[in-house]
Amino acid sequence: MIHARALSRTFTTRTGPVEAVRGVDLDVERGEIVGFLGPNGAGKTTTLRMLTTLLTPTSGQATVAGHDLIRDPIGVRRNIGYVAQGGVTLPEAIAGEECVDQARLYGLGKSAAAARGKELFDQLDLGGLWERKCSSLSGGQRRRLDIVIGLMHSPGLVFLDEPTTGLDPQSRANLWNHIGGLRDELGSTVFITTHYLDEADHLCDRLLVIDHGQIVASGTKEELKAGVGGDAVIVTLADPARTPDASGVMATLPGADEPVVGDGQITVHVPEGGGLLPRLLRELDAKGVELAGVEVRRPTLDDVFLSLTGRSLRDEPAA
Amino acid sequence: MNNVWRDTWLTFERQMRLSLRNPIWVALGLIQPLMYLALFGPLLKPVVANTPGLPPGDEWQVFAPGLLVQLGLFGAAFVGFGLVAEYRAGVIERQRVSPASRVSLLAGRVLRDVVVIVVQTLLLLAAAVPFGLRAPIAGVLLSLLIVAGLGAAFASLSYGCALLLKSEDALAPLLNGLAMPLLLLSGILLPMSLAPGWLRRLSDVNPLKHTVDATRSFFTGDLTSSAALWGSLATIGLVAVSLWFGARTFRRESA
Repeated sequence: MIHARALSRTFTTRTGPVEAVRGVDLDVERGEIVGFLGPNGAGKTTTLRMLTTLLTPTSGQATVAGHDLIRDPIGVRRNIGYVAQGGVTLPEAIAGEECVDQARLYGLGKSAAAARGKELFDQLDLGGLWERKCSSLSGGQRRRLDIVIGLMHSPGLVFLDEPTTGLDPQSRANLWNHIGGLRDELGSTVFITTHYLDEADHLCDRLLVIDHGQIVASGTKEELKAGVGGDAVIVTLADPARTPDASGVMATLPGADEPVVGDGQITVHVPEGGGLLPRLLRELDAKGVELAGVEVRRPTLDDVFLSLTGRSLRDEPAA
Repeated sequence: MNNVWRDTWLTFERQMRLSLRNPIWVALGLIQPLMYLALFGPLLKPVVANTPGLPPGDEWQVFAPGLLVQLGLFGAAFVGFGLVAEYRAGVIERQRVSPASRVSLLAGRVLRDVVVIVVQTLLLLAAAVPFGLRAPIAGVLLSLLIVAGLGAAFASLSYGCALLLKSEDALAPLLNGLAMPLLLLSGILLPMSLAPGWLRRLSDVNPLKHTVDATRSFFTGDLTSSAALWGSLATIGLVAVSLWFGARTFRRESA
């Protein structure tokens, strides 16, 4: 659905050229939900604006939804939906009219557009709000309306820019269901930029991480998490005096790193913590080491992010 | 599937619908010229009667054309603020990722403004008749064309600037800074034939001054005077340059 090669964009500023995106390669296949992660200023938005024809690349090429980005931007525009971060509706406009107006720019007739819009309203739980002023809708409703507007022409590929920023937790969870539905029920390919790791974790089949204008990692969540050194296995001993014995056992687990002792706990990282737990317990039991507790902690995307970019995504101010 | 005319019509239809939902703005836009008509116009009768060097015509034939041109200027010059609001709401971006022709997104908006200004002009002319305005119908129709052209030109300029600046705070001083000297140097309130030499020469480079002169000539029924000719050409030139600027801005990739 998206194949980009060496996509670059340099901005000219008063203080000299700024390379916002420096040779991005990325591929998104049909039917995928791909998350595009990166701290502020990493080149996320610039890449997105290039892929949606809002910005011309300085160099590089891309095929988006089957059309060449440079030679056939109109072809790209016909086949993609784009839901911008800050919303897309005029407060004083009527919800249904916003949908119909947008669809008609894609060549749909008035009645076909209204039928399509009402169908999407039902699918995204907006039933009964067709005649309402956009300003009278709640934040979550307005965000779903934005998505409806982006879907009016049935695009095969949808770009969602920070879809849940500014929503309350309930609305976010609700929107996640709908975004999952875009693929599962409508067969769309979805490209999401997000700040929220839980969002990426929950929604996306595959993640791309961008930093300093370049893709620094891509893969499934599991692949990326495995890349940070595996799961942490944390044991708390009933008798701290047995620490050397316990450490010795833990160090012999396959793929284990050097056990770290602290706070009355011993921590070791292994590739598959859950699978090794029975063996660890058996061996500790055989040595007569009594446990007060044991915990396996899976790496989070935040760990991934930290190891890839040296920065925590959570530290970044909201865009 | 998409063509410029259809997209222009769709944009016009949308903008017109949004305008008609709040017709109060169309009415408010008329208040200023109506106040000039009622509270300033009557002052002119003795001035026109006793001042040498004025163009031919009675006080209303001198004054009403100025009000028309003023409506064309001020009715259109500030439409860019609406565009900044649309931009902020994400509407412009949403339309720019659609296959619609980007020039149509401008043209449809300009067309809406021209229609609003023509309606306002007709209302203003109707209001001026009881005050004593008498003018030949052909001259009035030609003047309407001129006002429509001015509306298109200034709307296009205003939208172009709005899309470049994307901020009300930057747009306000720029538009005021352009509109005020254009107004003062156009002889809208009093003809520039009364001005001292240096001021008259300064006003000669203002296309609006020639537009006002042409409209005055039309109102006295002289459709072929040199003032009529030069004023019409100045208006056409202004329209051409402004539309070119607006269209260029709307087509720019990252605007």
